[in-house]
Amino acid sequence: MTGQTPALRLEGIVKTFPGVRALDGVSFEVMPGEVHALMGENGAGKSTLMKVLGGIYQPDEGQIIVGEQPVVMRSPLEAKAKGIVFIHQELSLAEELTVAENIYLGELPRKRFGLVDWAKLEEQTNAILSTLKVGFDAKTRVGDLSIANQQMVEIARALTVDAKAVIFDEPTASLTDAEKVVLFDVITDLQSRGVGIIYISHRMEEIFKITDRISVLRDGQYRGTLQTAETNEEDVTQLMIGRALDLSRNESHHELGEVALEVRGLSCGHLFRDVSFEVRSGEVVGFYGLVGAGRTEIAETLFGLRDPSAGQILLSGQEVRIHSPADAIAKGISLVPEDRKGQGLVLGMNCRDNMTLPQVDDLKAGPFVAEGAEVSIFDQYRDRLDIRTPGWKQLVGNLSGGNQQKIVIGKWLSMHPSVLIVDEPTRGIDVGSKSEIHNLIRDLAAQGYAVIVISSEMPEVLHVSDRIVAMYNGRIMRTFTSEEVTEDNLIQAISGLGGDRAA
Amino acid sequence: MKPGMLSNFLKRGAIWGFIALELIFFTVAGEYLSLSEKAFMDVDNMLLLFKQSAPIGIIAMGMTIIMINGNIDLSVGAIYAICAIVLLDSMTWPIFAGLGDMVIPVAWVLALLAGVALGALNGLIVWKTGVDAFIVTLGSMLGYRGLVFMYNGEQPTSHLNWTLVDFAEAQFLGLHTATWFLLIVTAAIWFLMNRTVHGRNAYAIGDNREAAVNAGIRVGPHMMINFMIIGFLAALSAVVFYSESGSVNPNDGELYELWVITAVVLGGTKLTGGAGSIISTFGGVLAIQLLRKGLAHIGADTETVNLVIGLILIVVLFLDRQLNIKGKEELKV
Repeated sequence: MTGQTPALRLEGIVKTFPGVRALDGVSFEVMPGEVHALMGENGAGKSTLMKVLGGIYQPDEGQIIVGEQPVVMRSPLEAKAKGIVFIHQELSLAEELTVAENIYLGELPRKRFGLVDWAKLEEQTNAILSTLKVGFDAKTRVGDLSIANQQMVEIARALTVDAKAVIFDEPTASLTDAEKVVLFDVITDLQSRGVGIIYISHRMEEIFKITDRISVLRDGQYRGTLQTAETNEEDVTQLMIGRALDLSRNESHHELGEVALEVRGLSCGHLFRDVSFEVRSGEVVGFYGLVGAGRTEIAETLFGLRDPSAGQILLSGQEVRIHSPADAIAKGISLVPEDRKGQGLVLGMNCRDNMTLPQVDDLKAGPFVAEGAEVSIFDQYRDRLDIRTPGWKQLVGNLSGGNQQKIVIGKWLSMHPSVLIVDEPTRGIDVGSKSEIHNLIRDLAAQGYAVIVISSEMPEVLHVSDRIVAMYNGRIMRTFTSEEVTEDNLIQAISGLGGDRAA
Repeated sequence: MKPGMLSNFLKRGAIWGFIALELIFFTVAGEYLSLSEKAFMDVDNMLLLFKQSAPIGIIAMGMTIIMINGNIDLSVGAIYAICAIVLLDSMTWPIFAGLGDMVIPVAWVLALLAGVALGALNGLIVWKTGVDAFIVTLGSMLGYRGLVFMYNGEQPTSHLNWTLVDFAEAQFLGLHTATWFLLIVTAAIWFLMNRTVHGRNAYAIGDNREAAVNAGIRVGPHMMINFMIIGFLAALSAVVFYSESGSVNPNDGELYELWVITAVVLGGTKLTGGAGSIISTFGGVLAIQLLRKGLAHIGADTETVNLVIGLILIVVLFLDRQLNIKGKEELKV
């Protein structure tokens, strides 16, 4: 590949957000006709890098070079005009419009007087669709298509312009095997036309099947590029997770009690299927998997936010049906949600009111709210969880992330649950407070709560869990005990690779 | 038959089924309850119904595109009143005294321009400030109505031009002038929304604004054009109606925005934008007018009419929601 001009080259890209250096001098290049994989853990900076490339963020330092020209891209549209096409993982389609209109959104072919040239539109669209070998035509309404077919519409957009580089962000996340084959054909076709392809995926088998080179990001830094033909999964995995991270596993085990929660064959439409597991009181079970693997949806189902389409939930051996969050709370299940600020707290309210929110109906002195009782509940959990705040009058919006999370946890503990589900407990929390939250979770289990921790961070899962459930694509791939788990077998299980499936 | 087809069919055809139901009900009920001897489904009666639908109907076409675009316009009633005053008053202005009957087209153009300008002002504010259209047009509804009262106080503004009245009362191929205007506007707006780039982009913006922006569609100008169109149509509605009546009260057009929105929603346009059909709005307009006329025919008073229409609107939106609910795995909010 020497002597050729790269289709796209990045030089020393730096992007900082307040308090975080999201990208730290990242450089890499894509040759024409090359499929270049970009890998890294969740939060390694892949999506930030892609947003810089797609014109959504401006880099603080560094250069983007297309062909031989340094370019500045201020919007997705400019990026597209420069020949860089971004196929998003999240669909960005107008559901009420036809396939053709979506593919040519913003660029509908015109006749005189601003009329749409429907004949040309349909002809061009059907030409693109026939190369994709899909089972629908230009006139189909996008809302009537399956998610996989909608993804194909998104991919078809890349074929409307003369692209120099196409970025695929997890394109196969919702495709069936047959559709993947078609997608790979499309990629081969683009390759033969000299287009450079950046392929982001967590799925090792795809990476090794279609890519030429693999670049790895970790913690916002470029960690090296490997020739796909000369490397193997272990090397890539090592490069991705590195050695610097604290991957110590949880050693201590508490006295385990009865089975507090058992789930048998639980399914919810296409979100997750046939999920079975149990949690004993005194135990922490970690759920690890990629974004979209169905972990949060399981938590939402247990908390009564979704109705399962099949399966049973048993609490202390009794089968229960949970119809609403109020129902779940009454039965002793609490959920500390993923989005602390949006779902867990009322930021404009003070600490005490946030903490007593779920039980304020019961805290009454005559027709009035019993302020004294509220304050005493707050004081109790402030001491127990070591919440650092000047007083109960402080607005939670002014607290640090770690203390906010403790307020949410305290709120649920005050409802005396038996099962506590914690979704991404340390997202957006600084390192010091992280270990504090981890210790808190261990302590809670020691006190006899059954705890489920959902996390996308491997060190966290390894650190707090007695057992780890690995999920992939809505299914449980394998359940590890903390003795048998290693980074490698865990990564493989959540990528849908190998992993002898536990029943 | 594919899943979802039945509910789609029900949704698209529902308004016409509803109209048929109304016709049958009022014909039968009219036999027993009506004070007049005439049948409800009388040709003259139906022609009158079309004519009476015109003022609301013409504005409803504009409201459909505004709502498809993801906005709403509450100021149409006030724009309607202002344009009516411009129309009638400009015919008496001394500078036009020498024009004779040629003052009519001049007055029309002035009234229509006033409507376009007021709509453009709404659109410009929505575009440039980013404030929600509901708030902007709530403000302009009050503001424009204030202008109406400033002009002539509580007094009506009157000017009767008999040539104009003759034109407005004329019937061509059996249909009244107002009916023709309604039909032409319906056809033109249908063409705009289904055949032009502007119309398709308006759908895209209402459906998924982020996708539209990412695709390089300039959202602001499209919204402004649509506000100008609805301003124009509010003015046209005033031109059609006041050419015949010749007198405008400062309260005229009040609550029009609500009747118009009711008709559009009955026709199945989504309040959140992105979906809606001009033809169904036409059905919605007819359905409301039929209801008003039919209830009057069987002897109900105005209060009852409003009550019934309100109830029907809620039932329709409830049914729409039921038909739209997706699988059970949906997150409950």
